[in-house]
Amino acid sequence: MTIAPARPSSPTRPVGGTLVEQFELGLDAPICLTWELTYACNLACAHCLSSSGRRDPRELSTAQAEAVIDELQRMQVFYVNIGGGEPTIRPDFWHLLEYAVGHQVGVKFSTNGVRLTPERAAFLASPACHGYVDVQISLDGATAEVNDYVRGPGSYDMALTALQNLQDAGFDDVKISVVCTRQNIGQLDEFQALADRFGATLRLTRLRPSGRGADVWDELHPLPHQQRELYDWLLAKGDDVLTGDSFFHLSAFGEALPGLNLCGAGRVVCLIDPVGDVYACPFAIHDEFLAGNLLAPGGFQRVWQDSELFTELRSPQTGGACAKCQFYDTCRGGCMAAKFFTGLPLDGPDPECVQGYGEQALSADRTVPAASQDHSRSTPTRNQPVMLTLMSRPPVSACAESPLAGFDPGPTAGCCP
Amino acid sequence: MLDEAILDQAWTLSPSVALRPEPFGALAYHFGNRKLTFLKRPELVAVVRALGEQPDVRSALVAAGVPAAQHGAYADALARLADTDMIRPRETDQGRAVA
Ligand code: SF4
Ligand code: SF4
Repeated sequence: MTIAPARPSSPTRPVGGTLVEQFELGLDAPICLTWELTYACNLACAHCLSSSGRRDPRELSTAQAEAVIDELQRMQVFYVNIGGGEPTIRPDFWHLLEYAVGHQVGVKFSTNGVRLTPERAAFLASPACHGYVDVQISLDGATAEVNDYVRGPGSYDMALTALQNLQDAGFDDVKISVVCTRQNIGQLDEFQALADRFGATLRLTRLRPSGRGADVWDELHPLPHQQRELYDWLLAKGDDVLTGDSFFHLSAFGEALPGLNLCGAGRVVCLIDPVGDVYACPFAIHDEFLAGNLLAPGGFQRVWQDSELFTELRSPQTGGACAKCQFYDTCRGGCMAAKFFTGLPLDGPDPECVQGYGEQALSADRTVPAASQDHSRSTPTRNQPVMLTLMSRPPVSACAESPLAGFDPGPTAGCCP
Repeated sequence: MLDEAILDQAWTLSPSVALRPEPFGALAYHFGNRKLTFLKRPELVAVVRALGEQPDVRSALVAAGVPAAQHGAYADALARLADTDMIRPRETDQGRAVA
């Protein structure tokens, strides 16, 4: 199936132009590469974007993972976002971390904190990591009540213990990573206070209906007035907050948010999954967005540069129903994955279109695609969230003027998880 | 323009910076401060690469074929690259260049 709507045939790349225009045509290597090392996880978050739980027996071996790092070094991919599952429960995680930084591939890894003991925290703060390692602790509520509702009992305390250990070890500038939901939008100031307390940087990202997130999206995604609240908060207080440019659909409220306003999937963004499958985006783990496997001849480079899917994603898109919208320049129709997993046309409005067209589209006829894989555990774990008990609270226009040197999007631009 | 003083100085690519060629120019990554910058024109990439081999910035611009009328704009761009240590003043025979 063709995943994107009809569009004019293959263009030659213009010289100059805005960076967004160039990015839409793709790069020789990704800027935001996410690598999920394992589908195994000690938690079972209700909204897990990769439906993680059980280890996949075909998981890349240590030697295969090292070979991936060697290739990333050759392609000059300067850093990867490592996630999972819970990456730190892979026995060779710490080895691979050192291997990567030793090969000029910086690492930012996302964790629920389970293995961040005082010893590991001291290691991360030590010269062995050359300052090439960023740590991102996932927390989806500023209080245990709100966090544990989606991430499971005990997960709040686990994250805070990890933050404490990192702070005690002198690890600098850890990131606290929050997926914004209906339940936690009211806690933005509290999240910031928590970050300040641990000398951390706050990172807010968008909930997408990916993985298990598809099952709970209706209940968790922010309501229209909360989107406004988030947008206003980002404009007023968000200067030092990271967003991975994930809220560019909010730009249609008026003023564009800073960062890359485009869907980077297959253009500057991609995902390597634990078995070496390469997807267009970490939020698009589905056969429709599978570009190839890096164990095949030609490796990752071949998939990135030549796969049919990525070539197609890099050809000019038509705006479809959004083309007439006055905010199309910054909103660009929003998130491809969000549309796909809610069964909306890829060339129409985002399900959370702030102009209200998403709701209209959602109420029309649509078929939500079936998941193409699921690593959830079949039996509930001790930490499984119940999601029953919560009662209380409920991306580059910046470079347009600059003909020469571009802007600095930081190492997290383009919808990394 | 103040930045134009740079034209007569000796500069070089910072040793912590890697340039990754891209269809539009290059992506510059600084391993020290982890800044990522996009050089949106092949000419700018040529200039940045030539800096270390040429006696001064102006010669690097000439070597890269940048017309004199654009030297001011390039000086400006180079000054911005200097702000994040992508390029830095070079030690010369006459001693350290004055930035
Ligand atoms: S907009 Fe959506 S599909 Fe595109 S890169 Fe971001 S998360 Fe992925
Ligand atoms: S109509 Fe499309 S472009 Fe306009 S705000 Fe909605 S999603 Fe964005």
